[in-house]
Amino acid sequence: MANIITRRSILGAGAAIAAGGQAVAQSRVQSASGVSAPTLPIESGATLRMLRPVRFVAPDEEVFRANCARFTQQTGVQVRVDFVGWEDINQQTAVTANTGAGPDVIIGFGDAPHIYADKLVELTDIAEYIGRKYGGWMAVGEKYGKRHGTNNWIGLPFGGTAGPLVWRKSAVNAAGYQTPPNDMPGFLEMCKKLRQAGKPAGFALGNAVGDGNGFANWLMWSHGASITDDAGAVSVNSPQTLASLNYLKELYPTFVDGGTISWGDISNNQAYAANSVFVTSNGVSLYFALKNDPATRAIAEDTEHSVMPLGVADSWPSAPLTLNAMLFKHSRFPNASKALLAFLMEQPQYEPWLDANLGYWAHPVNAYKDAAVWTSDPKITLFRDSMNNKFWNGYKGPITVASGQANAEYVLVQMYAAVASGQSTPEAAMREAERRARRIFRR
Amino acid sequence: MSDVTAERWVRRSQDQNWVTRLLDWKPFLVVMCLLPAVGILTIFLTYPLGLGIWLAFTDTTIGRSGVWVGLENFEYMMEDPIFWNAVFFSVFYTGIATIAKFGLGLWLALLLNNHLPFKSFLRAIILLPWIVPTVLTAIAFWWIYNPQFSIISWVFIELGLRTTNIDFINTAWPARWSLIGANVWRGIPFVAISLLAGLQTISPSLYEAALLDGSTGWQRFRYITFPMLLPILAIVMTFSIIFTFTDFQLVYAITRGGPVNSTQLLATLAFQRGISGGQLGEGAAIAVAMLPFLIFATLFSYFALARRKWQQGESND
Repeated sequence: MANIITRRSILGAGAAIAAGGQAVAQSRVQSASGVSAPTLPIESGATLRMLRPVRFVAPDEEVFRANCARFTQQTGVQVRVDFVGWEDINQQTAVTANTGAGPDVIIGFGDAPHIYADKLVELTDIAEYIGRKYGGWMAVGEKYGKRHGTNNWIGLPFGGTAGPLVWRKSAVNAAGYQTPPNDMPGFLEMCKKLRQAGKPAGFALGNAVGDGNGFANWLMWSHGASITDDAGAVSVNSPQTLASLNYLKELYPTFVDGGTISWGDISNNQAYAANSVFVTSNGVSLYFALKNDPATRAIAEDTEHSVMPLGVADSWPSAPLTLNAMLFKHSRFPNASKALLAFLMEQPQYEPWLDANLGYWAHPVNAYKDAAVWTSDPKITLFRDSMNNKFWNGYKGPITVASGQANAEYVLVQMYAAVASGQSTPEAAMREAERRARRIFRR
Repeated sequence: MSDVTAERWVRRSQDQNWVTRLLDWKPFLVVMCLLPAVGILTIFLTYPLGLGIWLAFTDTTIGRSGVWVGLENFEYMMEDPIFWNAVFFSVFYTGIATIAKFGLGLWLALLLNNHLPFKSFLRAIILLPWIVPTVLTAIAFWWIYNPQFSIISWVFIELGLRTTNIDFINTAWPARWSLIGANVWRGIPFVAISLLAGLQTISPSLYEAALLDGSTGWQRFRYITFPMLLPILAIVMTFSIIFTFTDFQLVYAITRGGPVNSTQLLATLAFQRGISGGQLGEGAAIAVAMLPFLIFATLFSYFALARRKWQQGESND
């Protein structure tokens, strides 16, 4: 093993490659003692194939591969991991599920195990074991893991990342605030002042899968509105939704000159990096992009993260993008697969991987809150709590094909954009969103 | 001797085995020779088209094979304002862009048909917008129309003519016109070069005769150039309408159908529903809804513009 590790990979992966021996001693992560792992007799001659989304940062892949190699060392089970582009993983999961052939394990995104629940092996035993040993599952981790309304685990969340408020300290302070207000009227007031000062806010209202939906969801959830109720019936037509639409009607004119209705996922990053926008919402990638480019390092130093204003929500109103592992029934080696998934979630493997990701992914079980990464840069500490959110795409209903479709077809984003642009009245926009949601959630 | 030879020859001919006789049979040979082409067309053209039409009558999604639902997808489409908006914009986009492309393209072709210095060089340059891959065009226009970083806005603000950015794609109508502008820019070279080729087939003797008769420039265009150009005009227009109506890349890359679906074309809406939204059945139904428009456009070009008898080798009435 040692002779194929290049100097570069050692530097890149940091302590992670050496983790086998050392991390245990250095780690502050506390695991419960006396929790016994489920017995999973590994099938003889087992080999595994796994798909997962491509990395954010190079050490992610290096540590992940090293962890799988260590599993091979300990169990003799060969593991092949393929890294797939983010746009392709849903299609490849669909093909795998429909044909009953292909990888044993796929780490997909949040809703995938719920869409293919019938094709999956339940992971209750290892999920409960990991939960007991590592301080319990965090709120949205449990939601994405369990089949709706049951205690049966069909997915094993590996990590997630939520979208906070990203703001320029200098601009917010100049407007007379230490930090952005956490209440809705106060936040509106701050945005008005920022616009007057020529340092406006900007949130995507275009057909942007990540940022557009993130902003629309925040508007909904901070006003207590939701697209579906607990049972999955459409509930978008409500006084709360109307209130959020009226709120946006006042908020939108404070946005950057030129508007944000045509913004894609990349637009707010560009505008923020170009000193056009001073308050926005984005994942942690924006901060790292600014920090790693000498030309924008000053902006990174002036950048702070905080939770989006809560409004009436009792937790950060952002649905984390979640990695969710699933094991297919067609796998000939279900025990080996489960053993691998549990192995990857154990502290000697998971913590170095979490650290290697620099904060791009946050843990789904409580014990890893003490991982070194969360104190490595005070500006990313906030992301530690990503999975404690009680919100997911399609909230409050079950996670289904329909909740994914509503997201992909921008039902809520377009409802808000129609009001922001003056194209519709709040009432008309809400009725149109309800019409579309009824169609999407009809089954 | 010759009788005997003849007899033998006749007998041998009757002895020919069935393979030889089959291969000598013309209808069989025709079928055999056509089979590879028909096979390729069936597999790569008829089957996907048939599958697309079949999907339009099912509720197939990505991840689940569907069941026959009859006209349900079409019934929903009929009451879906987003679909009707896409129909409107597809027709509007195609109509306006085609008129603009043909007007400007014909004008450009007439200019290039004159004797100019560096004629070949100029003609090559004209083709550039057509040669650039569409996605690159789209990204370039995405920057030109960017709500914050548009170079056009920047120039206007720097010159003191405006104080705010120009709204290119942030509201419905400016976005529609901006996309048409991008499509026209990209489409002119195709029209111009094709029509230039047509212009060069017109015999100079016709113009000489007309000049001797004392014709004006407009008369020469109206009674010689235009009628002689009509056949190629019909073909080029058919192609142009089909390309424009089925355009996808420009709209998807610049506005993604926004703001609020106001620039969805049928092609982008079909993709949005079928692939992004995962409703393959509904997406296919929207794509199938494009067929009547395309067939109509094709028939219109042929019957309205290309039905002169002399085009089929007969004399004009």
